[in-house]
Amino acid sequence: MAYSLIPEEVLEHVFSFLSSDRDRNSVSSVCKSWYEIERWCRRRIFIGNCYSVSAEMVTRRFPEVREVEIKGKPHFADFNLVPEGWGGYVKPWIRVMSGAYPLLEEMKLKRMVVTDECLDLISRSFNNFKVLVLTSCEGFTTHGLASIAANCRNLRELDLRESEVEDLSGHWLSHFPDNCTSLVSLNISCLGSEVSFSALERLVTRCPNLRTLRLNRAVPLDKLPNLLQRAPQLVELGTGACSAEIRSDIFSNLTEAFLACKKLRALSGFWDVVPAYLPAMYPVCSGITSLNLSYAIVQSPDLGKLVSQCINLQRLWVLDYIEDTGLEALSLSCKDLQELRVFPSDPFGAEPNVSLTEKGLVSVSEGCPKLQSVLYFCHQMSNAALITIAKNRPNLIRFRLCIIEPHAPDYLTLGPLDTGFGAIVENCKELRRLSLSGLLTDRVFEYIGTHAKKLEMLSIAFAGDSDLGLHHVLSGCESLRKLEIRDCPFGDKALLANAAKLETMRSLWMSSCSVSFGACKLLGKKLPGLNVEVIDERGHPGSRPESCPVEKLYIYRTVGGQRVDTPDFVWTMEKEEEVLLTE
Amino acid sequence: MVDCVKKMGFEETELRLGLPNANYGKRGFSETVDLKLNLSSAEIGLDSAIDLKENNFNKEKNLLPSSSPTDSVKPPAKAQVVGWPPVRSFRKNVMAVQKRTDSDEAEKGTGGAAFVKVSMDGAPYLRKVDLKMYKTYKELSDALGKMFSSFTIGKCDSQGMMDFMSESKLMDLLNSSDYVPTYEDKDGDWMLVGDVPWEMFVGSCKRLRIMKGTEAKGLAPKAMDKCKTRS
Repeated sequence: MAYSLIPEEVLEHVFSFLSSDRDRNSVSSVCKSWYEIERWCRRRIFIGNCYSVSAEMVTRRFPEVREVEIKGKPHFADFNLVPEGWGGYVKPWIRVMSGAYPLLEEMKLKRMVVTDECLDLISRSFNNFKVLVLTSCEGFTTHGLASIAANCRNLRELDLRESEVEDLSGHWLSHFPDNCTSLVSLNISCLGSEVSFSALERLVTRCPNLRTLRLNRAVPLDKLPNLLQRAPQLVELGTGACSAEIRSDIFSNLTEAFLACKKLRALSGFWDVVPAYLPAMYPVCSGITSLNLSYAIVQSPDLGKLVSQCINLQRLWVLDYIEDTGLEALSLSCKDLQELRVFPSDPFGAEPNVSLTEKGLVSVSEGCPKLQSVLYFCHQMSNAALITIAKNRPNLIRFRLCIIEPHAPDYLTLGPLDTGFGAIVENCKELRRLSLSGLLTDRVFEYIGTHAKKLEMLSIAFAGDSDLGLHHVLSGCESLRKLEIRDCPFGDKALLANAAKLETMRSLWMSSCSVSFGACKLLGKKLPGLNVEVIDERGHPGSRPESCPVEKLYIYRTVGGQRVDTPDFVWTMEKEEEVLLTE
Repeated sequence: MVDCVKKMGFEETELRLGLPNANYGKRGFSETVDLKLNLSSAEIGLDSAIDLKENNFNKEKNLLPSSSPTDSVKPPAKAQVVGWPPVRSFRKNVMAVQKRTDSDEAEKGTGGAAFVKVSMDGAPYLRKVDLKMYKTYKELSDALGKMFSSFTIGKCDSQGMMDFMSESKLMDLLNSSDYVPTYEDKDGDWMLVGDVPWEMFVGSCKRLRIMKGTEAKGLAPKAMDKCKTRS
């Protein structure tokens, strides 16, 4: 065979150009020697579900990994649907990797439980550790951060995106040694307490490659110019608190500081923003491509004025204070817009507090030809609007609509929104992610099953009439990887009829549906490639009849076998003895 | 916990199960609590069975009055549902604090999230409440009471200070199988809820723990002394 004439080193070199896991997996399947060569040169691992495989299995197959990304809890954990204590502990991974990957450089974790002990172990085990990104993680305190700061000599990135950190003191930042000059990215926006400003200032001054700095609320506005002056090379800035007495010297310092930041492309923060200070940022607006105003309680017209200056905007996250009028202005001035997220300022208010309706989204879909990603919270929607949006923007890739009231019908016809969402899936052929809301019958699932062939992730809440709905999705959506469902009348039939489908997906979450314990047991027994977890806080499901629906169900494919860390309200269904695969 | 369920009989639990579209999450827990503690709260237990669809437990604190059982099948607009709308806790926390400081200049914010963890002895999991959503101990007590149905707290007077009616009532409270709210303050000490003015409490409370009355005896003397000096 010609292959055997190609030296290993050459093959390895060729493989080094392959970055996608999919390609690398394909390459590994060609033949034994390619499998061997590939596994020794794989440097990056992505684990979408920490329970799908064990750390030992990963390190055994891939001994030379430098970058690891792991996700823990299911997505609905973000909305408190996964009880505390469910799992997602990173400790076993770190223990194993501390031995197996001494050269590890990067760790990115999402929705995992990380303790101070873990952070300490990371800081001591990997001499060349460079990047730590903790997205929506919890379980650690600022003491853990102090270990990272103190011990990671070559730290480049420390990013605590929206993690829940127990803030014991701000002194952790002072643990960065004086000779630490390697920081490129620092995101502490989720921290509550004050960090020592002088330590922060010194750190910023001695890190000439700092590109991303996201401050927390405790950093006051009048101090911001000091930092900006020391880091005019910043590309991404998250402000601290944006409120201060209105004083002209603060304003002019701020304006001057922003003027000097010629490379600034992304702005976020804006906590407690006082509108009078927003014009200080106007000098940088034309360069801004990403603007996160989703914590900024600022209304039109100040909001509109800021946004319309950002003519090169590609990504906008904003509160519904922008209203329909603001979105219309956006659609006229920001023609490069690719991603729009509109969050609710008052999600639990009985009545809408702002004038944001479907019209805003329709204007943006009309005016922004590159729009591909949408997350939109609003109080009313119509099929007509959805159909218009679908026709305007067939290039949509992500469409997540949250009509705040469950079961809200088309406000014009008072009927279900089936045809509207149907138009979305029919026209947007590249749609990969979809979240539904409003009044929906089984019909919408028929449309989805028929048309959404590239759909990878689907979120369903308070929708559908019967098992037929779920059946359409499971049997029709060929690319489906993640399905999460809450409060829908879906039961055993569709699941059992499409059981094999579950082994082709990463995971399925169902809560407050009608899946019986008996069906869960059956799925567990018959599908050895899955863990079927019943999550039920009422006590062992065996103490109730088998036909009783379980509270929550989480099914995921795995080669790692049953979890060993389940709390007392989680039960993994047993697999049939003879079908168990041994490693 | 499983034993308790068995002792109390499946019938009661079965009343509450198997309804489509009901919210099982936190309500499930309250049933367990009722069954466990609950000797005199059979009515509370049954009431929560009736309130099945409406009495949605949640971590958010805008508890609006729950609607009557005769309301329409779909969740009424004012009832709150766990995790809906799907807004992350981080965002909710930040918005709640910002809006409070925005709307009430006089209010001193603690600068951090107002959410504190609430644990209840015997409960399988914790909850969180946003203290800034309340103005008085009574409001907090009502909210916690809804969360943990057999929870009791003494009467509050108009200034919002705890005012135990009498020594004997307090002793009854502590001696009974009822629960007592305590909190950990900034110094790390565990205190009985209700001793200090509300604002001071919100500013110093780091977490709440609903203790079994029998275990709270060590805290009683402080409250008792206060009672005595006031009366």
